[in-house]
Amino acid sequence: MKGRIFSVVSGMFLLTVCSKGNQSNVQAAPPSSSANEPAPPPAAAPAAPAASSAVSTAGGTITGTIKFTGTAPRNPAIDMSEEAACKAKYPTAPTEENVVAGPANALANVFVYVKSGVPAGQTFTAPTTPVVLDQNGCRYHPHVLGIMVGQPFEIQNSDPLLHNIKAIAKANRPFNVSQPNAGMKTTRTFSAPEVMVNLECNVHGWMHAYAGVRPDPFYAVSKQDGSFTISGLPPGTYTIEAWHEKFGTQTATVTIAGTGTKTANFTFAAH
Amino acid sequence: MTRAVRRFGGLAVGCAVFLTVQPLNRLTAQDTTAGKTVYTKWCAGCHGDNGAGDGPGARHMIPPPRDFTGGIYQIRSTPSGQLPTDADLLRSIDEGLFGTAMPGWKSRLSDRQRRDVLAYIKTFSTFFADTTQRPQPIAFGSPPGGGSGAAALKVGRQFYDSIGCRKCHGDQGRGDGPSAPTLKDDAQHPIFAANLHENWRFNGGGTVEDIYHRLRTGLDGTPMPSFSDLIENKFLTDEQLWRVAQYVRSLSPKETPVVRDVVHAPLTKTLPHAPDDSAWTSVDVYWFPLVGQIIRKERWFAPAVAGVWVKAVHTADSIALRVMWDDRSESPDTAWLPFVGRVLNTLESDDSTGEQPASWPDQLTVQFPVSIPSGMERPYFLMGSGSAPVYQWRWSSSARTAPVAGVARGIDRFDPLPGAGPGAQAVYDHGQWRVVFIRALASTDTASQLPFRTGRAIPVAFFAGDGSNGEHGTRMAISTWYFLALDEPVPARVFISPVLAMMLTLGLGMLVVWRAQQKTSYRRQQ
Repeated sequence: MKGRIFSVVSGMFLLTVCSKGNQSNVQAAPPSSSANEPAPPPAAAPAAPAASSAVSTAGGTITGTIKFTGTAPRNPAIDMSEEAACKAKYPTAPTEENVVAGPANALANVFVYVKSGVPAGQTFTAPTTPVVLDQNGCRYHPHVLGIMVGQPFEIQNSDPLLHNIKAIAKANRPFNVSQPNAGMKTTRTFSAPEVMVNLECNVHGWMHAYAGVRPDPFYAVSKQDGSFTISGLPPGTYTIEAWHEKFGTQTATVTIAGTGTKTANFTFAAH
Repeated sequence: MTRAVRRFGGLAVGCAVFLTVQPLNRLTAQDTTAGKTVYTKWCAGCHGDNGAGDGPGARHMIPPPRDFTGGIYQIRSTPSGQLPTDADLLRSIDEGLFGTAMPGWKSRLSDRQRRDVLAYIKTFSTFFADTTQRPQPIAFGSPPGGGSGAAALKVGRQFYDSIGCRKCHGDQGRGDGPSAPTLKDDAQHPIFAANLHENWRFNGGGTVEDIYHRLRTGLDGTPMPSFSDLIENKFLTDEQLWRVAQYVRSLSPKETPVVRDVVHAPLTKTLPHAPDDSAWTSVDVYWFPLVGQIIRKERWFAPAVAGVWVKAVHTADSIALRVMWDDRSESPDTAWLPFVGRVLNTLESDDSTGEQPASWPDQLTVQFPVSIPSGMERPYFLMGSGSAPVYQWRWSSSARTAPVAGVARGIDRFDPLPGAGPGAQAVYDHGQWRVVFIRALASTDTASQLPFRTGRAIPVAFFAGDGSNGEHGTRMAISTWYFLALDEPVPARVFISPVLAMMLTLGLGMLVVWRAQQKTSYRRQQ
């Protein structure tokens, strides 16, 4: 009962301050209570970084930059000779995206999320706006993404050839569907939090994408300059985890009070 | 017994009525104790005590045994990602999974035991206890008519191409598509795209319906996706997807091949030297299954070659033997090297020296005794022994027209006979090898090289290795002894005798009639 009251109160609190909106590259769906209270309309923006200004947020913000030390391993070149339509989309031979580095050893495609600290009783309504995974040029766009439990996950094919999309999951049910032509769309949802669900195409063994499935909107994917921002956090002490497909995971503890911004930088060791 | 069942049934109904909370779940829960006993005795050896697919037998298999903890099943009637129904699971238990190490248990376990073990297997995954995960079988319908007609097969082939089947299964369906060497299952184990010419080895069964169901549901945990969305996306119609299934079915023989022990080699005027010589089309074909070599170290439990198709003809002085087998790679092929690595990593070797993947060639060995045995006694089928050697032709894809003849005295001792190899021509075509061996019937070295003779049953055996499956040395697929019979020329008297006998009978009959007529007319005159 206490938890219920807390979430109602915090939900109202967040609603009242939502116009103040911090800059963020994540969608922040307002929390709704676990009681059968009508959920507030979901935030308008999907996880697309471009939509940052449209996001309604409140509470504290965690921001940071992700870097790596050492020499980044070379991404293997992709042999697309079997797929002329994909090959034609690249002026030079494309590579895999295992380690995408920016200037000054910045590390992109790191999934950063609040691993613990969000009160257990608090639930969040998933946005109805889908997260889009595009298959274009026999690569996935984006390569790493975040999505909320229950949020539509729209997989589309922009290539005029067969892709299959296989989700390898443990907490979620897996799936494996085919899209043999351009313009095809499949929408799925994930029913449980899981970091990460692996997505792959078996026709093109180099195609891998990773989806971080979260019960709350407190996650982000680091950009080309290694930066990330998670906002809308209610006051509390959080464990933040940064996940990278090759370099593993790192955690940090951050305490948020009020609407301040805290910094959490991560540095991975390239190996 | 019936009373016990009745009492149990009564109890169950009682539970259902009084508790009204998922009576079915409660029933299965009661069965799991008995199910565990069955499981421990019959299933744990491969699937592991905790259902994780890690029993002692697991590391000898490709594909590996099912890991029940994920609740992910290949053979279902439900959409991709859903749990299987109880009926789906029971079918796999009853019939087994064809082409894998999983046998059918219908004849070994009672109905009750199979249902109990089914209930127990479901306890390994929490998904089965989750009431939101209700499997909903797909309404499959039935195949449209005319499925074996040319028009239907043409439509099937058209969509086979357009939905991309050939990417993995290959242009001709032998599992040799461009993506085939990269295929892995969820656990990163190597996995073959099915050879669509061997429907008796399809995991979920080889009928048109089975194939269509797999197209709709996909094989979860494997690279094979579901094609159901294509119907919803109006990429093709349900009927067109059925046509794909009918086309795929048409690639395999009408009936599962049956082993006939004796290869008959008819007498011909000229020998067809080329594997694709049109003269071969009128010659009878014989199928011989191969199995892994698991007798001598290093044992091999995951052979890639499932069998050989054999034809033979002979002339007055020579024999031609054509051996044909499906092999998804033209080894040595560097594109398959990572696959070989995964095969060697997945399988536990009983050889003390670990091995690095290498570009091994494909191999085929035809084996005869050194001389035609007079009685039933034959040399040891697995490459003879010191006291009873065998005569072999060893063909390799790295020397396609120059097989080596030699004498084997056991699996690890082969003495080549320089310059004595038979002639050979080979073709690799879309996942299939066709090799013709030619040799004179007579032999100058009768001590080690078998002289072929007509009218006698000559023992013959076959061994095959797919280099891109890590097969070389003792790692291969083997057959037992079968026979080769060179038909004798039919002597002229076979054709003349019946005619003579007929003429004689006719003559005698006419004589009797004539005599009888003579007597009658004599009596009348009197």
